[in-house]
Amino acid sequence: MCSVSQFYSTRGIHDIDDKYKSRPDELEAILPIIPTSSLYTQPFQVPPGHDPATYLTQLAAIPSENGDNVPEIKFDHGTTTLAFKYKNGVIVAVDSRATAGAWIASQTVKKVIEINPYLLGTMAGGAADCSYWERRLARECRLYQLRNKERISVAAASKVLSNFLYYYKGMGLSVGTMICGWDTKGPGLYYVDTDGTRMTHHVFSVGSGSVYAYGVLDAGLKWDLTDEQAYDLGRRSIYHATYRDAYSGGVVNLYHMKETGWIKISQDNVMDLHYKYADEKIAQ
Amino acid sequence: MSILEYNGSAIIAMIGKHCVAIASDKRLGIQAQTISTDFRKVFEVNSGLFLGLPGLATDVSTVERTLQYRLNLLQLRESRLLTPRSFMYMVSSLLYERRFGPYFVEPVIAGLDQESYQPFIATMDLIGCPMEKNDFVVSGTCSEQMYGMCESLWKPNLEPLELFEIISQALLNSVDRDALSGWGGIVHVVEKDRVTTKHLRARMD
Repeated sequence: MCSVSQFYSTRGIHDIDDKYKSRPDELEAILPIIPTSSLYTQPFQVPPGHDPATYLTQLAAIPSENGDNVPEIKFDHGTTTLAFKYKNGVIVAVDSRATAGAWIASQTVKKVIEINPYLLGTMAGGAADCSYWERRLARECRLYQLRNKERISVAAASKVLSNFLYYYKGMGLSVGTMICGWDTKGPGLYYVDTDGTRMTHHVFSVGSGSVYAYGVLDAGLKWDLTDEQAYDLGRRSIYHATYRDAYSGGVVNLYHMKETGWIKISQDNVMDLHYKYADEKIAQ
Repeated sequence: MSILEYNGSAIIAMIGKHCVAIASDKRLGIQAQTISTDFRKVFEVNSGLFLGLPGLATDVSTVERTLQYRLNLLQLRESRLLTPRSFMYMVSSLLYERRFGPYFVEPVIAGLDQESYQPFIATMDLIGCPMEKNDFVVSGTCSEQMYGMCESLWKPNLEPLELFEIISQALLNSVDRDALSGWGGIVHVVEKDRVTTKHLRARMD
């Protein structure tokens, strides 16, 4: 099993090709023990019985607001995240606040998960659920790349995540994410959540502040925005959401997904943005 | 969720050397949604006598208008100004009148006595149990944070300028750890011969 760990190294795919040439027998020996779907080989412990989800529902101590009694662990519910496509790729922008009730637990959360150089995931809902399942996704994407000698498509990657989440549907996971990437078809953007929803569109916003973000975003969104205009639109949308939504705030983290992979554009404290935008308004 | 946390608020009062200060945030929200960032919750009911009303916004208005009305009428009838302590008892009895259907406010009172110039601060719960203090009082959705800041920053015999600095820092750093309050702050420092009011530049998230 130890030789499997070689495949988690940061070396590129070309190393594997070289190795295949020099030591074909070794690679042949390794490949079969890489699980084809790790989801079924390393399952989580769930309550015994033929229908764990229903069993968990009966155990839910606090009935949820919509009456479906899902045993949820609620925290980091407040969030604003957005992503949109335009002519030069995908813009991803998020806030950085984590709350537990009205308590602000952190103002410096990284809500963009860097899955690999061509894939980004955003974080809304349970922080642990998002970071765990998107890391599992990163592993599956790497394995796909090793098996097929090409990068996984954004559609396939988002489907892998969606399948993970659907397997545990009704058991209290809380994830609302946007998977952004670039593949042979160009820029890709998918929304995936724990209800099992998976859809693609050119613009999404997720979280308690999403309504405010959509307001600004929809007003300014055009396909042929310049890079600077697109960055400003993403930043402003998140800023306005942090202003109106009590559960969003901190800093705005901004990423740009290009043909060559993602780059991080900026990180701005919303306090600085607020007074900058206020000064601009006065100047007009 | 408690109805006291429906709109979000944070108010602190502090005693200094021959002076008092009262500070509040400026947010009016409906749970997570920020409606206004210029909402008044501290009122100068008499010259140099302040009433801070954190809690349910509708009751903030009702309680403020009712108290101002009763205070004015009493002062006209008796041709004298009420001491801060007497005003505290007036607030207390108004709240206890609604013992079984209370106003959802937990008032803070701060002022200088008009004759002795003794600083006075007090707070009470929503049914009017008064509590006089000689250091600081806090009330609102982030009272834990405000207690922490005040316990660590406050010291006896603060001069007016130091008092302003300390109450401002206490308020700003408390509301920065509370999702429901903040969005600006206002501070009144009451001295023997003047009241200084300043607006604070704050985080707006």
